[in-house]
Parts: sequence; C-alpha cells; structure tokens
Amino acid sequence: MADQVVLRHVTKQFTTRTLGTITAVNDFNLTVYEGECFSFLGPSGCGKTTTLRLIAGFEDLTDGEIELCGRLVSSKEKNLYVPPEERGLGMVFQAFAVWPHMIVFDNVAFPLKIQGINKHDIQKKVKEALRNTSLDGFESAYPSDLSGGQQQRIALARAIVTNPKVMLLDEPLSNLDPKLRETMRFEIKELQRKFNFTVIFVTHDQSEAMAISDRMMVCDMGNIIQIDTPINLYNRPVNRFVHSFLGESTFINVIIQDGKVYAKGNMEQALDIPIPPDVDREMVIATRPNAIELTRNRGYKTRIEKRTFLPDITEYLVPMGDQLLKVQTPHRIKFTQGEECYINLVNPMWYPAEDKELETERLRRQLI
Amino acid sequence: MKLFTSVMTNKHNLAAMWNTIKIAFWVTICGTLMGLFYAWLLGRSDIPCKGLMRALFHIPYMFPPFIGAMAWDILFSGRGGYLNTWLMKTFNLPRAPFNINSLGGIIFVEISYFFPFVFMQVVSALERMDPTLEESARIAGASQGTVIRKITLPLVTPAISAGALLILISSLAHFGVPSILGFSKNIYTLPTMIYALISRSSGSFEGIRQGAALSIMLIAVVGIALIIQKKVLSSGGYDIIKGKSMRPTLIKLRGAKYPLLIISTLTLVIIVLMPLVTIFLVAMVRAYGLPLIPKNFTFKNYSKIFTSKATLDSIKNSLFLSVTAGLLCMFLGVMIAYVVNRIKPKGKGILELLSVLPYSIPGTVLAVGVILTWSGSLGINLYNTIWIILVAYLARYLSFSMESASASLQQVHSSLEEAARACGASHTESLIDITLPLIRPGMIAGFFLIFLPAMRELTTSVLLYGPYTRTLGVQVYSLREAGMIPQASALASVAIIIITICNALITEITKSRKGV
Repeated sequence: MADQVVLRHVTKQFTTRTLGTITAVNDFNLTVYEGECFSFLGPSGCGKTTTLRLIAGFEDLTDGEIELCGRLVSSKEKNLYVPPEERGLGMVFQAFAVWPHMIVFDNVAFPLKIQGINKHDIQKKVKEALRNTSLDGFESAYPSDLSGGQQQRIALARAIVTNPKVMLLDEPLSNLDPKLRETMRFEIKELQRKFNFTVIFVTHDQSEAMAISDRMMVCDMGNIIQIDTPINLYNRPVNRFVHSFLGESTFINVIIQDGKVYAKGNMEQALDIPIPPDVDREMVIATRPNAIELTRNRGYKTRIEKRTFLPDITEYLVPMGDQLLKVQTPHRIKFTQGEECYINLVNPMWYPAEDKELETERLRRQLI
Repeated sequence: MKLFTSVMTNKHNLAAMWNTIKIAFWVTICGTLMGLFYAWLLGRSDIPCKGLMRALFHIPYMFPPFIGAMAWDILFSGRGGYLNTWLMKTFNLPRAPFNINSLGGIIFVEISYFFPFVFMQVVSALERMDPTLEESARIAGASQGTVIRKITLPLVTPAISAGALLILISSLAHFGVPSILGFSKNIYTLPTMIYALISRSSGSFEGIRQGAALSIMLIAVVGIALIIQKKVLSSGGYDIIKGKSMRPTLIKLRGAKYPLLIISTLTLVIIVLMPLVTIFLVAMVRAYGLPLIPKNFTFKNYSKIFTSKATLDSIKNSLFLSVTAGLLCMFLGVMIAYVVNRIKPKGKGILELLSVLPYSIPGTVLAVGVILTWSGSLGINLYNTIWIILVAYLARYLSFSMESASASLQQVHSSLEEAARACGASHTESLIDITLPLIRPGMIAGFFLIFLPAMRELTTSVLLYGPYTRTLGVQVYSLREAGMIPQASALASVAIIIITICNALITEITKSRKGV
C-alpha cells in the first residue's frame, strides 16, 4: 500500500490573548495508507480538528511538513503552502455546510463548474453522485427543504463528485440522530469500498471510530498518545487516558508490598495477580467491568454492595479496599444484594499512579 | 384638492422632490458600497486593530447628524469655512476648493452618518455565518475571489439589502443635514421644504395646509421605498447560522495590509474625529472666525449657555421629554409585546402594525400629523405645549421599545411562567414575580434605546416647539441659525457628552445582561 497522507514533525501553535501560546498540535508524525480508513479520536481540545484543518490547508503549520499523494503541500522548511483549493481533497463538515442559496444540483455541481468541465459531463457526474448518495429526485430542491440526514448526503455527494483520492470527514455524523448516524456510517463505508478513496475521519465518539476505522490515532492535549488498530487500542492501551477513553474502565489503586499486591485500604487480603517488572510501590491497575470474574468460590473475598439490573447486563458494585468496583455480568450470573462473593481480575493493565497535573491541563485546554 | 394640485405642480416643490430623490439615491449607493467594503475588511481580513476600529465605526451611528453637518459647515462652508480658508491661504487658491453647501456636500455628510446601517448589518451577518460554508467551497477548488463572489456575497445579500433600504428610507426622510447645509444656498428637500413652509407662515393654517399637502408627496416617495423593502426582504433570508462557532479563516491582505489600514484610519479621522474635534474647538473660540489656536480659547461660551435661561430650559425640556417618553414607551412596549406574544388575542396583528407603523413615517410628516390632530380638532389643543412634543415622541419611538420588549420576552421561555402558575401563582403574580424580573435588563436597555435618540431629536421637535418648549436639538439649531455658532457648538458638545455617557451605560447594561 502506498503512503497517501504523511505528516512529519507537524506542529501548530496558536497565540491567544488570554492564554498565551497554545501548542494545539505537537510534533505529529503519522502515515495514512492508500484506501485506509483512519480516525482521529480524542476529547475536545486534543488537536484532532486542527490536524485535519492543517491537512486541508485551512491552517498553515508552525513547523514540520505534510505530504499528500506523494506531493509536498505544506512545509515550514521550504516555506511551502498550497491553498486548500489546490489540494484536490474531498471534505465533509460537521454542520453540513451546504450552500442555502443553491439548489441540490448546483451544490453538487459546484466543484465541477470550478474545474471548467462541460455541461454534459457535469450532468452525468452529478446524477451519479446523487444516485450514490440516494438523493435522486431531489436535484432541484433547496437544502433547507431537506432533512439533516439528506443535507449531509448533499455534502457527501459534493465531496465525492470530483472523485478525490483523500476524503476528510470532520465529525460528519455528530449533528445527526443516533439511528441515522449508524446508517450513514455504513453508507460512508460503502462509498469508500466502491470508490476506494482514503478516509480521514475526525470524531470524539469512540464506538463510531472503532466501527469505521482500520486504524486510529488517539490524541490528547496536542499530543499523539497511540496509533493502532481498534482491537489493539482496546486491549493494550498505552496509558490510563486511552484506557478510559475507549470503552468502560475500572481503575484500582494498589500498593505493592513484600511481593504482593494489595488494594488500597485493605492490607490484609492480597490480590492474586502476577506483578510485572519495574513497578513502583503505588500503582493503578486497569480492567473493564465486563472482564472481572464474579464467583462463589475463589479469588478476592468481598460482598455485593449494590445490584442494578440493566437491559443487557447486570451491574454490581463491589467494595475492594476503600474503593467500589463496577462489575458487569450477563444476567445468568445471579447474586443478591449483600451476598458474599469472590472476584478475579483477568489480565489487567498496569499504569503509574494518578497524575493530577495532567487533568488540570486538560481542563484548561477545553476552555479555549 | 386645488391646493394639492397647486402644491404638486409648484416648481420649487418639484425641485425639492427631485433633490430628495437624488440625494437618497447617491447616499444609498455610496453608503452601501462603503459599508460593505469596511464590513468585509473588519469581518474577513487580517487587518490589525479590529476591535478599536469597529467601536469607532459605530460612532457615526450615535452622533446626531445635524451636529456633524454643523461641523462640516464650519470647516468647508463656501464662504470662510476654516479649512477652506486655510487651503486658500496655503495654496494661494483664488476661491474655496470645497463647497459643502451643495448637493454633493449634503450627500457626502449623509453618507458618513448612514453607511453604518449597512456596515453593522453585514458585519453581524458575516459573523454569524458558518465559516465552513466558505471552507467547503475552497475544498471544492474555488479560489478566494470565487468564494467571495459565489458564496459569501449571495449569502449576505439579504443583510446588504436590508441595510441599503434602511439608508434609503432614512435619507429620504432626513431633515437635519440638508437643512443645515442647504438653506443658505436655497437647496431644499421635501422634509426641509415642509419645515420652511410651516415655519415661514409662523404657525398660520395656510402654511400647515401646504405642509400637509407636501407631506403626502413625501409619504408617497417613502411609501414606494417601503414597498420595495417589503418585497426584497420577504424574498431573501437563508439560515446561515449553524454548527459550532469557529474562527473564520481570515484573508491575508499581505502587501495591501498597511495601505488599507491607512485608508480606514483616514476615513475614521475624516468622518468621526474631524467633526468631533471641530465642535469642541469652536465651542471654545472667543468669536466665530478667529483662528483655532489656544490664544483665542475661552470657556465663556460654556458659562454663557449655562447661565442662559432658554438654554437651560432646553436641556431640562429634553431631559423631561426623553425620560418621560422613555419610561412610557418602555411600559407600553412591554404591555403590547406581552399581549401580542403571550396572550395572543384576536386582532393582535393590528395592534402590532399600529405600534410599528409610525417608525416608517418620516418625522416631519409625523409632526405635521400631530399638529393637525392635537391643535384643537379633537377638542384638545396641545399646540405650543410640551405635551404635543411628548405625543410625537411616543408615536415615533414606541416601535423601538416594542421590538426590544418582544426580543427579551421571547428569550424568557413561557415554561418559566407556567412553572410559577403550577406552583399556585396567579397570572398576575407570575407576571410580576417571574417574567418582569427576567426581562428587566431588556427593559432598561429599551429605555435607553428611546432616551438616546430622543435626547438628540431635531426633526419633529423643530416643527412642534413653542416659545417655552425648546428642546436641546432645537436650541442648538436656533443658536446656529441666529449666528451664535460658538455657543451652538458649546451646547452641541454638551449634548455629545450626555449621549456618550448614556451610550457607555447602555453598553455596560447589555453586557452584564444575564442569559435566560
């Protein structure tokens, strides 16, 4: 697979009057391959949208370089900046951005008209783009007469009509209702398969990202935290942040003493898990509520504090040391409130103890 | 009817109508272009000092145009305007290079006071516009210029036409500038002609009748403009406010940045600073015509106006009128808005129309109407009393308060009131305890919205004042007419200071307004 989008040491800084200089994107290095669906995932203020806008050319970078389909489009060193209209990309925005003063046909035909293509071909290509986005019949409607989902389809049709190699999607589904979101997700995937373009998809919705992506990048506070396939990101997150960002997490503060692991607040009963090399005295172990075993015979002895019956699972709150663990089981595993039980942690991840400063910085950035 | 035809065919009156239309035409065209250009410059380019410039561009909006016209007259009057004399001396010119007492002069001064209508409309449209609308056109391959032409301009067209029509109607009905700059050269427009007819006949019925006939002509002209407005405004209007707000990509002016900055600064200096400084300087000069140097400065003009009973009375009258009109309009406005928005009785449309209608009627025509109605024909004669001016102010400004009250009422969701009713409060109790406190900031802002223009009002008061009921505007106007220009300037500067303070207050109040 050929490299399609390459970022080398890309950095973007903004200067704001109230907060001084903010590094929105800090030394990003990444390669997106041809035909790949690649997601940027992270909380707001993490730098994902800025990165996309750097690729699109709406922002000029502070340092580094960007290559699109083998062509250098932004480079600090060579003082090169190609404006967005010359980058040959397709892009879909969160707020649809369909032009309210043009009918559907003109919206979709706009990029072709700019290219100076003859009328006959425009007719043909627009028709096809509208058919591919199930919009046939709406050619002469104004966007304001259509629903949100249809408006987003116009934006999609407009983006695919020039047959671009790279498609940038900036949270394209977050203005739609949940049901429609799933359909559109599927349709985007279909279009990608059909036209074989490369997709870069920005989202803050983890399940959306996991469902659609071949690989994804999780970033936080302007830094790339991890780039990997959805499965690896879920099973082997590099830090607590990624762990809690993808799926539900249960964190347990533990103390290691005399080669044994104790949950904080209970130094009498050790946990039966192997200790990895290089651990501090205080650590955090992380697992998923559905990966904790709840039994009646062996493991860490405790009791059920609270039971909640939910649509697909039963959720228990179980004390461990001075903390309450959330445990999720299928309905067939039944415990009653107050009942004695044993829990086992299966293959937990180990992380250093909490870092308060990081949290403050994250909050500060979200305020921008 | 005979009177009407004689007025209609009178050559002077036709000339006045023609002038009115010519002035309005050019003011609208040039004012719109100017407003558009600066709106784009401040809304979409990376020109520095934006905040400051924006604040300065708002000044012409609150500054009474007739005081500006006075300043321009002082500077560029064909006979011995300060700058004209200076230019003649410096460059050895045989005659004055500029003559502000001309159609061109009137057009120029009106442009400088009316272009903010378009400027403010378009700036706010550009600000509310979703930047991704433009960005998606860039991605589609359109260059910056094409984006402006094909996307940005069509999207702000409704804002442009709304502003342009506001300029057109304001200019058609405008009295201050053409009267100050035109009378000395016998240049009349319809509003100034009406004034001349009525004041010359010193209140006799014949003058009023002729004025009334002429008013119908003016109404016809404005009416046509209003019909166009209605047509244009109902056809446009897109929903361009969407999505998360993001900084729009600013257009880099590169090399043109500093030349454009200099041009904008110059414009500001010329249309804002120069008239202002002139008024304050002339207010201090010992005798009109002396050079404006510290040697000739004195505070005597100020002490004169503050000891003259007529002037003090005019300030008192204006304060009384503005505060009363402000308070009455505010309460009436809230009441009408409440009835229209919440109780929704049958025929609310008529109520709404009646309270908004006077705004589109030119002030001169309104004054003539008020004279005809309230000088005895209804059994009450208010002519020459302060009450007749109050009636005119109420009619003129009620629509302002209606609108601001409606806007703040709409922000208070009716569920808040319903919640109070559910807690056992009666209709009246919930209104007093819930709705009124929530719209109070809006009401205060609404008060100033009337207080400010009423303080500087000239058009209607100049037709309605009696010997003891001069207003601030009228007093400035008559001091100037009487040739006491330094005193007129001193009083004008006092008016400017009052207006500036109140404007600062209103900004502060609207800023601290709580979101509901």
